[in-house]
Amino acid sequence: MRFLLEYPEIFFSLAGRHLELTLLSLAAALAIALPVGWLLHRFRWLQLPVLGLFGVLYTVPSIALMIMLIPLFGLGGTTVTVALVIYNQIILVRNTLAGLESIDPAVMEAARGMGMGPGQMAFRVQLPLALPVILAGVRLAAVTTVAIATIGAKFGAGGLGTLLFDGIAQNRADKIWLGGLSVGLLALVFNHGLQLLERRLNRHRAVERPAPAA
Amino acid sequence: MKQILFDRVSKSFDGERAAVHRVSFEVPAGSLVVLLGPSGCGKTTLLKMVNRLVEPTSGRICMDETDIRSLEVTALRRQIGYVIQQVGLFPHMTVGENIGVVPQLNGWKREQIAARVAELLELVHLPPEFASRYPSQLSGGQQQRVGLARALAADPGVLLMDEPFGAIDAITRASLQDQLIELQQRLRKTVLFVTHDVDEALRLADRIAVLRRGELVQYDEPCALLSRPADDFVRELLNADDRVRQLGLIRVEAVMRPLPPDFRPGVLPALESSADLRTALSLLLQPGVQALEITREGRPAGVLDFEDLRSRTCQPLQ
Repeated sequence: MRFLLEYPEIFFSLAGRHLELTLLSLAAALAIALPVGWLLHRFRWLQLPVLGLFGVLYTVPSIALMIMLIPLFGLGGTTVTVALVIYNQIILVRNTLAGLESIDPAVMEAARGMGMGPGQMAFRVQLPLALPVILAGVRLAAVTTVAIATIGAKFGAGGLGTLLFDGIAQNRADKIWLGGLSVGLLALVFNHGLQLLERRLNRHRAVERPAPAA
Repeated sequence: MKQILFDRVSKSFDGERAAVHRVSFEVPAGSLVVLLGPSGCGKTTLLKMVNRLVEPTSGRICMDETDIRSLEVTALRRQIGYVIQQVGLFPHMTVGENIGVVPQLNGWKREQIAARVAELLELVHLPPEFASRYPSQLSGGQQQRVGLARALAADPGVLLMDEPFGAIDAITRASLQDQLIELQQRLRKTVLFVTHDVDEALRLADRIAVLRRGELVQYDEPCALLSRPADDFVRELLNADDRVRQLGLIRVEAVMRPLPPDFRPGVLPALESSADLRTALSLLLQPGVQALEITREGRPAGVLDFEDLRSRTCQPLQ
């Protein structure tokens, strides 16, 4: 842990960069996945081709995917972010879709019958009701993103991966340990933070207090 | 309060045999009309065409002489209360928020909505503190009361009810039916009510539309359906030969005669017009009772004797 004690400011700037990469990728991925998931729910024939495509992309090894993107986005944060966004699509789209499909059809029929437009239904009914399932997907995606973002250091995106790759190159066990452990810790923080949020959101649905007599 | 007119309405799904075939009838403003028939007879399809959840293949539906297709679909739906069997309350909203949905969509102010929620909870006999509960904390019967309150929130002229009490136990169902009758006497909405339960239809309806395989078989008052069923299907559906059971379902006011000119109040045994015919029959069976004085809110409103009871509810022998 010598490195952390000697250069805390470098460590924290790398950790900050890692966090930035993760949050940026997650936000961008979610901004795409939510409308895509909604479209797949609405137009069911899209499900097979779109989920198939994202599924295939998910199987491309992360290093290979980033290399393939370099000609398009150059070396640096953009390539890594785009790769992470692509990776997360399958998880986030599938969970958005599952969340939307889990809504009781009677609730949707009531919403339509009461005169809500598609936008009102999406924001007042569908999104809030699908949110717990979507968040479970975000949690999974966050952990994956924290881990894969490590590789980003190889492509000039910075982040905690820098410590790992430097450590390997310089044969410095303390850097390797610090890099590995801090990535793990970051993943744990994301996981637990989002889990807490999920529980909060589920609170009123979890209560099944016995109904008082009519 | 709005009149609804079905004009040669047909619906076929994907070229199959018509789910609804050339149905024409008129729902008078302020009356409760039951769509009755076995499952698959097209009653729910017909109902859903009124708020355009289903669009007819041909024919038209008018509300107060306006073709509903000329109205914007969300605007149309906000003028129509909609109650379904599965209730469909929004689980992430409190009871108060559920009831306030349509007023909110219509842009009411917060205090206005809160006042309306309180008023509606009282109307459906739920305590005011229920406004802050979540649907999952309510029993099935309570949920459907909230569903009814939610449908009435923006004071729509028309109420569509799709087997609203079908999933509720018999005792609660009877109390909800009584409450609907009571509500309807106060509010006089134009109600279309779908059910396959004959007893429910006879209890609630001002008029019943009997449907079979997409066609309107008979459209008449409950008494007329019993005394003059259009065919064997209607007779069997209504179990029209079991008079005693039916008498318990029909209200006295449906068969009473107007007061004769020389009527002297207070001579005959009195009965409220909302009582059922079985009660009337038990009174008429007592020795010495020739006829009954039917009262409405304590005032004489009509008379009923044994012959009225027989001629208005029983089919003449052939």
